[in-house]
Amino acid sequence: MTPTLQVFLIVSAALFSAGLLAALSRRHAIFILIGIEMMLAAANLNFIAFWRFSPQPPSPTGVMIAIFSIAIAAAEAAVGLALVIAVYRHYRTTNVDHLNQLKG
Amino acid sequence: MSSVAFVLLAILTLAAALAAATLQKLMHATLSFAVTLVGVAALFFLLGAEFVGLVLVFVYIGAVAVLIVFTILLTRRDVGKDRGANWRGVLLAIAVFGGLTWAILKTRSVAIVVPDVRAIPVKRIGEALMTSYVWPLQCVGLLLTAALIGALVLVMEEKR
Repeated sequence: MTPTLQVFLIVSAALFSAGLLAALSRRHAIFILIGIEMMLAAANLNFIAFWRFSPQPPSPTGVMIAIFSIAIAAAEAAVGLALVIAVYRHYRTTNVDHLNQLKG
Repeated sequence: MSSVAFVLLAILTLAAALAAATLQKLMHATLSFAVTLVGVAALFFLLGAEFVGLVLVFVYIGAVAVLIVFTILLTRRDVGKDRGANWRGVLLAIAVFGGLTWAILKTRSVAIVVPDVRAIPVKRIGEALMTSYVWPLQCVGLLLTAALIGALVLVMEEKR
């Protein structure tokens, strides 16, 4: 038997949950960024799977949206890592538990 | 579409993703993250989206993963170990996965098999990018330029 759309969506949901786990339970800012990137990769997998199983796979709509989303994820990663470095310079830590200066 | 290849790739991707989410050392987690992306790119190849798979490998493994490694090395003093996952995050992630899986399995219209997987030629993607998607392409170029300048400004040393 060949894989159905369902199993691709379940793999993507599992990948998303792993990214969510990394983003929620870790304390280092870089781990949180890795989690966000994994969630974005899961979204891309969904885009490509839905495009492939759609009634008109010859039109490249899903491919386009995946390419744009990869580009935006790259921009997000660059700015996020720059923020991590700026925060580290200022506070000498990347542990998000210690960044509580604005806490009331 | 080969079922054996799919099962192997899915296991590789999910195992690497779980390792990236739970490993203690930051560098090990980053390398597992790179393996996860290789698995996702291979799944793209399996789905006939070769170009997107290659873009994923170039952008994520060639740029993002290397950038993360550089950041780890630049913030090294602090980067030792991270204590393991806390139970609230684990519970929430499992709940989200359970809810999504339940919704996917309930939906009958997604239980379909693709008739035949033919790769989309790169020529068509290029034509579409230069005709109907030219405005989004320009916007993404603007966004990447803004992100580049923003990242530079953020990490520039402050003059005293």
